[in-house]
Amino acid sequence: MSEILELKNLGFVYGQGTPFEKRAVDNVSLKINKGELVGIIGHTGSGKSTLVQMLNGLIKPTEGEVILDGKSIWAEPKKIRSVRFKVGMVFQYPEYQLFEETVYKDIAFGAINKGLSGDELDRAVRSAAEFTSLKPELLDKSPFDLSGGEKRRAAIAGVIAMQPEILILDEPTAGLDPMGREILLSQIVRYHKEMGNTVLLVSHSMEDIARVADRVIVMNNSKLMMFDTTKEVFARGDELENYGLKVPQITRIMQSLKQRGYDIPDGILTVDEALETLSALLKKEGKIW
Amino acid sequence: MVRDVAFGQYFPGKSIIHRLDPRGKILVFIAFVAIIFCTFNYCSLAVTAAFTAMFLILSKIPFKFYFKSLKVIIFIVIITSVFNLFYGTGDVIWQWGIIKITWNGIHRAVFVTSRIICLILASSCLTFTTSPTELTDAIERLMKPLNVIHFPVHEISMMMSLALRFVPTLLEETDKLMQAQKARGADMETGNIFKRVKALIPILVPLFVSAFRRAYDIATAMECRCYRGGTGRTRMKSLHLSALDVMSFIAMGLVIGGVIVCNIFIPSVI
Repeated sequence: MSEILELKNLGFVYGQGTPFEKRAVDNVSLKINKGELVGIIGHTGSGKSTLVQMLNGLIKPTEGEVILDGKSIWAEPKKIRSVRFKVGMVFQYPEYQLFEETVYKDIAFGAINKGLSGDELDRAVRSAAEFTSLKPELLDKSPFDLSGGEKRRAAIAGVIAMQPEILILDEPTAGLDPMGREILLSQIVRYHKEMGNTVLLVSHSMEDIARVADRVIVMNNSKLMMFDTTKEVFARGDELENYGLKVPQITRIMQSLKQRGYDIPDGILTVDEALETLSALLKKEGKIW
Repeated sequence: MVRDVAFGQYFPGKSIIHRLDPRGKILVFIAFVAIIFCTFNYCSLAVTAAFTAMFLILSKIPFKFYFKSLKVIIFIVIITSVFNLFYGTGDVIWQWGIIKITWNGIHRAVFVTSRIICLILASSCLTFTTSPTELTDAIERLMKPLNVIHFPVHEISMMMSLALRFVPTLLEETDKLMQAQKARGADMETGNIFKRVKALIPILVPLFVSAFRRAYDIATAMECRCYRGGTGRTRMKSLHLSALDVMSFIAMGLVIGGVIVCNIFIPSVI
């Protein structure tokens, strides 16, 4: 796998040179491969939002570099807009950014800014809407007439329509009901699988991250603490606890079973995996026939 | 970015100026603004400038913030002083075409500049040291007599305090929306004026939508708590005049007296 994004000693200080100076990101270096789905977790205020905003040039790092496709994104500051089309960013509560008369136009906004037109634009908009399961008849409606969940999906579609190589989602499931979370998450996974694009997912929900991410970035106190496969990261539950994070519920249950002497491997992340392990275990002990 | 504007911000503190009764502060401020425009010679100007400086020092707020609030109006200051410079009467000391400079014009420019600067510094001092709630509270109390002519004093001051309350919220929201639309490739930094105004639409529309949403939310929340206007309402913090306030009135009286005396004994220069 080739790497698409590299961070070199990246750092950011808010209000540099004023009494309100505050460090948000401190010396972060990492590499992200093409086609990976990377989760980013961290306590509130750990610097994860600032970190992702530097990846598409919305804020300029005060130290270090962001290297996209082998080129520093700030090498030519005038071309920073082109970076934003390559690295699509969905903010928290994106439904509040909708503004056009129709959903279709709103989804097309970013794609038009990118320079798409005609058939190409239409295809981009319709496939983005399809990825987020927006029914075609909704496209002619005003975005303000949609339900909360539909608005959010329309806003996400607006970023997908720009056909970015990397898609960053900041807390995409925040404030949705369990059903809505489930749907949105599976759409993100489907998008990732079918397009083969790199996806960065910032989330508070360890369950979500555990289910979908290939690798996980753990931020604490503006520093990068871990960057490893999801299994490895969640196997270090005690450490995560120090950072104010919790491993998924099911992982915790399995770990405490292991501590009580059951033969259970580390890093069980989903209920399905747990079911498999437990039924195998029970079978071995002769409790299930 | 948008949040860097210092003018009109409140800095909590415990200085003498902070502890003054907001009603007294507003009255002193109004009197001071009136007296700034009654200065006609350098002596009286110096008295008002000294008074402003005293207030700034007593407020114990770093001068940097005062400079910041001046930065906002620097263009107004420059434009008005340039106009005044060329509109003087009397002996011409320099001329080029129809443009001429006179001593009178120079004096006028100096006065206008120092008056505006004093005005901005004094009003910054007021807003820096008085929280929005105190401010609207005080305005409500000061306007109370207008109730007699059925002027809705309480409603107006409630609207003011709500508006002030949402200024930082809306600024923050503007910031967020700008980031979000930039992430979708909105271009707000280049292009001519028409292009730039058009580029504001993706920010203004959602901003208005959210402002209305917040307004509805606030109205509902107020109704849920049985808000029914000002009649019969008591206050959590009642305002009291203290010795400190009396001292501020005396200081103001001295300034007024000083300016009047200067104006009588020294000839006007503008």
